[in-house]
This record gives sequence, C-alpha cells and structure tokens, in this order.
Amino acid sequence: MDVLKTIKMASFAAAFAVLAGCAGQVKEDVAVSDATAERAPETATATAAPTEAVSGAGSSQASQGASQSAVSGAEITRESLKASALAADTLFFFEFDKSDLRQDALDDLDAHAKYLVADRGARVRLEGHADERGTRAYNLALGERRANAVARYLVIQGVNRAQIETMSYGEERPLSLARDESGWGRNRRVELIYQ
Amino acid sequence: MQRLIYWTWLLLVCVAGPVRAELVIEITRGVENPIKVAVVPFRFQGSGVLDVDLARLIESNLERTGQFQRVNRNSMLSLPGPNDQLFYRDWRAIDSEYTVVGEITPNENGYLVTFGLHDVLGQRELFAEKVPGPASALRDIGHYISDKIYESLTGIKGIFSTKLVYVTVDRRSEKDQTFRLILSDADGGRTRTIFESSEPILSPTWSPDGGRIAYMSFRGKRAGIYVQTLATGEVQKVTDFPGLNSAPSFSPDGRQLALTLSKDGNPEVYIANLRTGELQRMTDHFGIDTEPRWSPDGRSILFTSSRGGKPQLYQLNVSDREVKRVTFDGDYNSNGAFTPDGSAIVFVHRSNDRFHIARMDLKTRAMRILTETDLDESPSVAPNGTMVIYATSEGARGLLGLVSTDGRVRVRLPSASEQVREPAWSPFMN
Repeated sequence: MDVLKTIKMASFAAAFAVLAGCAGQVKEDVAVSDATAERAPETATATAAPTEAVSGAGSSQASQGASQSAVSGAEITRESLKASALAADTLFFFEFDKSDLRQDALDDLDAHAKYLVADRGARVRLEGHADERGTRAYNLALGERRANAVARYLVIQGVNRAQIETMSYGEERPLSLARDESGWGRNRRVELIYQ
Repeated sequence: MQRLIYWTWLLLVCVAGPVRAELVIEITRGVENPIKVAVVPFRFQGSGVLDVDLARLIESNLERTGQFQRVNRNSMLSLPGPNDQLFYRDWRAIDSEYTVVGEITPNENGYLVTFGLHDVLGQRELFAEKVPGPASALRDIGHYISDKIYESLTGIKGIFSTKLVYVTVDRRSEKDQTFRLILSDADGGRTRTIFESSEPILSPTWSPDGGRIAYMSFRGKRAGIYVQTLATGEVQKVTDFPGLNSAPSFSPDGRQLALTLSKDGNPEVYIANLRTGELQRMTDHFGIDTEPRWSPDGRSILFTSSRGGKPQLYQLNVSDREVKRVTFDGDYNSNGAFTPDGSAIVFVHRSNDRFHIARMDLKTRAMRILTETDLDESPSVAPNGTMVIYATSEGARGLLGLVSTDGRVRVRLPSASEQVREPAWSPFMN
C-alpha cells in the first residue's frame, strides 16, 4: 500500500508542480500584458497624430483617453464609417424648382459626413442636376443651388469645404428620359461621387 | 375676326449636299388667306442638272412664313423664262396671284441668275434683276431672291439670308453624349458643325454683326464662356470661374457680354468687357439671377430671377442698376428676349403645368401665349421681328419650331437629329 501511497503522493506533487508552473506562466503573461499596457498610450498618440494634424481637434481625447481598444477602434471606426458611407445612397432628390434637402436624404448624408469627418483625405464631387422643365440656363443655376445645399449640409456636419467640389449640369444629363414625374423626379438630383 | 385654318404641308428643303442633319419644314398653321405664289422652275442654260432647285428653295422660303402658299408646279400651264412673255390669264386660271420666273446662265465666274416677279391680277412686272455669283453661292442667291420677293410683297425686310445656330445632342447614355454646335441657313440648309464636345454646350448667341457666337461649354470639367469667330474659328475665353459661367448676351455695340457667374457664391448677372476682360457685377441678391438679355437700345438688361420666390422676368437699368419686375402673370416666366424694336418681349411661360412661348407688349402689359406644344423654350426672335424660333419637344424628341410673333403662324422644323435645342437667330447679315 506504501507503493500506492507513494504514487498518490507523487501524482499529487506532480499535479501541484503543474499547477505551480501554470501559475508562474500566468504571472508572466500578466507581466507582459502590463508592459503592453504601458506602451499603449504612445502607440495611440502615434496613430492619432495624422488625424490631429488635419483636423486640429479631438487630440486630447486621442492621447488621454486612449486605451488598447481605442487604438484599433479608430481604424475600425473609420473603416466601418467608410463602409457605411459607401453603402449609403449617393443620389439625393429634390422637388420641382426647389433646392431644399428632403428629410429622406439626411440619414444617408449623415453617413457620408461621418466618414468625410473621420477621413480628412477623402474628397467628394457633388453634381447638381435639374429636370427638363423650365429653361436651361435657369436649370443650370438650380442644379448648382442643389449641389450647394448638399455641400452646406455636409459642412454643418463638420466636413471641410475643401473636401467638397460642386458643379452643375443643369438639365443636360438626365438619368431618365421619361417625360413625366417618374423621370423628372429622378433627374432633379445631386450625385455624390467620391474622388 | 380672323379665322385660322390648319393645314399641314411636308416640304423637303432643297439639299445642297449630302448633309443629313438638315431641318425639314412642316407648316402646322398659317394665315387664313395666304398669298398664292407660283415660282416657275428656273431654266438652267448650262449642261447637266444643278444640285440646288432655286424655285423650290424660294417657294419653301416663302411658304415657311405662313403668309404664302405655293402653286403646284404640275398645275402650271406653261414654264416661261424671264425673257418670255407672260400670259397672265394662264396664271389667273390656276389661282396664282404672283408669279416668279428666272433662269440660271453659267459664266466664267459661276452663274448669272436673272429673275422677275409678276403681279398676275395687276398684269405687270413688279421688278426684274440679274444677280451674279460663284457656283457655291447658288443657295445664297436663292435666299436673296426670296428676300426681294418677300419685301416687295409685304413691305418687310426678308430673313431668308440670315443664319441659325443651335445645339444637337447624340445620347448613348447619361454620361456618354456628343454635343454639337451647328450653324445653318435660316431654312435649316447647309449645316456646319462649329464646335463639338462630350460635355454640354449651352446658350449660343450671336454678336450684333453676325460674325461671332458666344456660348457656354466645358473645357475639362470646368464650365466657361467662349466667343468663337465664325470666319476664322478662333476661340476667345471670356470667363471660366469656379461655379456657373452661363447665359451670355452681347451688348448692341458688340463690345460687352452680359452673363451669369456664381463665383461669389450665388448666381448673379455681370457685364464683361470683351477687350479688357473687366467685370462689373450688376445684381446682388441671394436668389437665382440669370439669363440676361440686352435691350436693343443697350440701356437695360432683361433677366430671370427667383428673388420673388418663383422665376420671373425683371428689367435692370444698366446705368443705375435699378431693378423692376416685368412679369406678374403665372408662377414661371423665364428666358426672356426683346423683339428687335424693343416694344415687346418673348419668354417661356408656364401655364397649366406646360411650358409655352409667350409674348408681352411692354406698353400695354398684355401677354399672349404663342405656342401650343409643351416644354417650349429658348425663344429667339428673327431680326425683322416677324418670327420666333424656339425649342420644343415631341415624345422623346427635341426639335425646333417657328411661330409668328402674332401667334398666327406655326411651323415645325424637325431634324434628322433626335435632339435639337437652343436655337439662336442671327442678325441681318447684309
């Protein structure tokens, strides 16, 4: 039975040793982890720097509140904002002889604005259009007003005016040739095009 | 009361060469009792066949005014030349009120065209004339003869020797289009492409001497106002500011252009000095101010503004920039132009959700809608004040139409091109 007892003891000891080893390993892991945590703010600042240089705003948030999750978070956020901007509608429609934004345009415009704010290097062109009713030179002016209305909204959301180029094609580039509201409604638009 | 009759003629304009974009004349409405004119086929004293049928060209010209009706060639009992004796009873028998005779004789420089106009009821020759010209000028001679006949019978200077410019578009898709600026005779004949672009061409307009065309086009992605000299093809850039550069109109002395720029954030009317390039801002309003058009006396500029909430026409005094509203009837009046005597304006007027050409007498303020088609725009008045050429639509097509300034005569000018627009009538060329 002594033998058995010895085996038991030995296995217990072995088990303990394994446990102890594991514990040591855990400890070391924590230490490594701590070291990473200490370096983290530097990394965060470095990543935030280019954004800071462009925007000149939100830097304190980036350097102080930065944590491991915020680092990758900024990139992930920008990528996800880009993805939702690219998924958002790029055609914004208007009423006849009007250049006021419609409520149904705002969600999609917000998606574009958020991305343009997050990526100051991104550029868009806004092309204003009109339907064929009314005179051509007047419609050229109307198309420009529509493009400017979209530009103004984006700027209010924080986009730099320098990121936006506007132009008007008036009624010269209709999407639809249908000579009724089904066509005209599609042609009274601003097209947002990433450059 | 003048009762109006409706009749439709389909007349092919004589084609000078293998040019396919020419306009076709179709009179949809004329005066009740048009003057009946027989134009006898002009005798050709040379060999072969000429590629211009002068008699056809002249009768088509006269008929397009709506004031004349041709006498069918096949009903003529004889085909006299200018040196033959005219038997007036033969012409009275086929209801001709006036008869035109002529012949074309080749000479060392081209041709000598002899023609005469006879008053059938008065049984006398009204005039006879000999016109020399190179072979290439046969159509010009035909237009000249038409002008002489028209002026002799109406007392009004003819417009058959004038020219048109207009824009055609070939569309393959939204972003794949070819725009062409076309120059043609007033009858749509002898077309010539003077500028071509994959980007829009808009608002062509004539200099007062007929030698230059100003228009808006894009060079690259940027809009600009350009002035092109017809004789040389030389192009002068007037403006290409960021934003709108549109709707040019020559001052009566040809030295300045009124135009629209939005470089200061908003579409405003400016005057550009063509020699110095100096700009004068003429309007200042947050609404749309555009489509300036100079008055014949040069003192004022008619323009479209949305300053009252809806597009209306306003008149700007050039010396003190005072603005007064001109149109009050309806909620859309735009793209105005003066008649040559300055007494009236023609413009685009929306009524019952359709766009028509209307005319307003500036003294009485009485407005009259001239057209019945839809999406009518770009009215341009002939230099003798009798007709307005405009762009209209039919199904998916864009075509040109003519209407007399009193609304009594209407003519369609369909073309081989699916999209014809932005016509501008030249001043008198002689």
